[in-house]
Amino acid sequence: MRDFISGNDGVAHAVRLCRTPLIAAYPITPQTSIYERLSGWEASGQLNGIMMRTESEHSAMASCIGASLTGVRTFTATSSQGLALMHEMLHFAAGCRLPIVMANVNRIISAPWGFWADHLDSLSQRDTGWVQFYCENGQEALDTVIQAYRIAEQVYLPVMIALDAFFVSHFVEPLEIPEQDQVDGFLPPLNLPHKFDVDKPGFLVPVVSSEKYREYKHLAAVGMDSVKEIALRVDGEFREKFGRGYGIIEPFMLDDAEVVVVTAGSMTSTARLAIRKMREEGKKAGLLKIRAFRPFPVEALQQALRGRKKIAVLDRDFSLGGGGIFCQELRSALVHSPDHPLVFSYIAGVGGTDVSPETIEQIATRAMARSEPADEPEWIMGE
Amino acid sequence: MKGIKGTLSMIAPEPEPNFLRKGHAACPGCGLATGMKLVFQAMGPRTIAVIVPSCEGSIGGVYPVTAYGVSTFHSAFEIAAPTAAGIANALKIQGKDDIQVVAFAGDGGTFDIGLQSLSGATKNNEDIIYVCLDNEAYMNTGIQVSSATPSFAWTGTTPSGNPRRKKNIMEIMAAHYNPYSATAAIGFPEDLRRKISKAKTIRGTKFIHMLVPCPTGWRTSSDLAPELSILAVETNVFPLYEIENGTKYTINHPPRGLPVQDYLLKQGRFKHLTEEQIHQIQKEVDEEWTRLKARAAPLAVHS
Repeated sequence: MRDFISGNDGVAHAVRLCRTPLIAAYPITPQTSIYERLSGWEASGQLNGIMMRTESEHSAMASCIGASLTGVRTFTATSSQGLALMHEMLHFAAGCRLPIVMANVNRIISAPWGFWADHLDSLSQRDTGWVQFYCENGQEALDTVIQAYRIAEQVYLPVMIALDAFFVSHFVEPLEIPEQDQVDGFLPPLNLPHKFDVDKPGFLVPVVSSEKYREYKHLAAVGMDSVKEIALRVDGEFREKFGRGYGIIEPFMLDDAEVVVVTAGSMTSTARLAIRKMREEGKKAGLLKIRAFRPFPVEALQQALRGRKKIAVLDRDFSLGGGGIFCQELRSALVHSPDHPLVFSYIAGVGGTDVSPETIEQIATRAMARSEPADEPEWIMGE
Repeated sequence: MKGIKGTLSMIAPEPEPNFLRKGHAACPGCGLATGMKLVFQAMGPRTIAVIVPSCEGSIGGVYPVTAYGVSTFHSAFEIAAPTAAGIANALKIQGKDDIQVVAFAGDGGTFDIGLQSLSGATKNNEDIIYVCLDNEAYMNTGIQVSSATPSFAWTGTTPSGNPRRKKNIMEIMAAHYNPYSATAAIGFPEDLRRKISKAKTIRGTKFIHMLVPCPTGWRTSSDLAPELSILAVETNVFPLYEIENGTKYTINHPPRGLPVQDYLLKQGRFKHLTEEQIHQIQKEVDEEWTRLKARAAPLAVHS
């Protein structure tokens, strides 16, 4: 069914279609409409499950963890400060190897206060052991929730779907809402191997030795690494069933590109326009969208960027004392590249500032003209 | 207290079933271990327990062994209640109505860092039994003051005595109008067992505030925990009562009204008390008792 809905509504529809029986949430702008929509469906009986209205995001994640350990599918949604408050439990969820799915609406993290799109909130959680996908638009957010359960329930790691505040969460677009039987055919019921069993009592999350801790972390690392392959397979199956797919990265007009612009999230749509225009003008520019951030798709990126000499990474985030986070990660991924591409860092869109097609075109044109390596990022401070 | 063991009916509980098995790592004479054992006995095997960082988190043993004999989950410090609530709701979704969820947290995990999440779960009337194992300080980290520490008590972070009164957690819980809250003490095992059994029949948030004397932290010999819990009740320092729906108060044991020093002076943590401080504690205890009696009026006394 096609309907004219927001990205947040798309996420809520996906959660309903995945037959997620336990949702725990707490309001925060710009996530709240997901919480409200699902609460409405709980009240009307369209959501066959329980909405836990917790007193904080920290407790919401705690409730998801407890519920998940009984073997039911769980979901929460948050944003910004809420995600930061959850931090302790994010580590816990991943450590328990639980297939919890969460939508994070990327919003400025304070101080100072603000409400607009910025990726620093979820990127600050990159080491918590959650799989992370950055979504370009509402359709992708909806579809990624469905894919996320398939992935999480194979690898037993939690998955975070990141969607930009307002640009994705609130923009109303025509979205394809799958039919229930289609989703049922794609997503089998959850069968968690490690859960409470009162007939065979066990102790979950004991104190362990240093060696045991190291072993668990290593097992989780192997699991996380396998997500690259699993996510691609799941995306392929999704494409077969629903006619849409995204990959873990998406190359766009990369052939013979002299410069490649790298983006994540909603900025990608803007970049498509800019790159297409440049191509029409005979300028050899390309675009690479990074959809999976954890695990970082190192091999896929190396492959896609083979032979490319100049790369311009646009970061809607900044790690103080470090730099643009996507750029740091990409540089690490390419450090053994035989092509030794020049990877330039542009800080664009921080604080939810607008990044126009013209800005992206200017960045690509400037990067094309650069020939010296540069460690320092360039901040895009407006027209 | 001379003759106290002879005059009170401290009925030794049946040793079986025992879901806190031998080999646990509690200090000798630990009141908390006794308390947990009694709660587990009353809960029975169809139980899922949530424990959090605290003494109960430490005494269970190190992988691959555990002293806990029912399904137990060691969650994070401040979230015993929402973790248990998540489990309880998920069991309800699966139609597993015969399994009950009990959350254990210490006084720090309840009065301090876990208060917000306990309040949130209680506000929603989540169907859990929450047991606060109150040993009146952060004992697991080595005796630091919590908001359950009584007036003037020595702890490692109040070397000259705690300047503040103990927080009244039962009144905080009553303000949520939850169906059931009760105090309990390990020296009154039958009363404790009855309260857990009653809690199991009530749907919604049940709160048990249990005093569990800590020989290590209270600076007493290791054989005194049950006796001290009896003295706490008999001096009105820790009356046994229950509150239904936040409004109906019932006092469960007619106390003997012994002077507070009978309780205080057996403990090293109070050995520095001045006459004036003892007098002050007596005054506070009398005030609290008068207030409790008024709330329970007309005085309903059930043992």
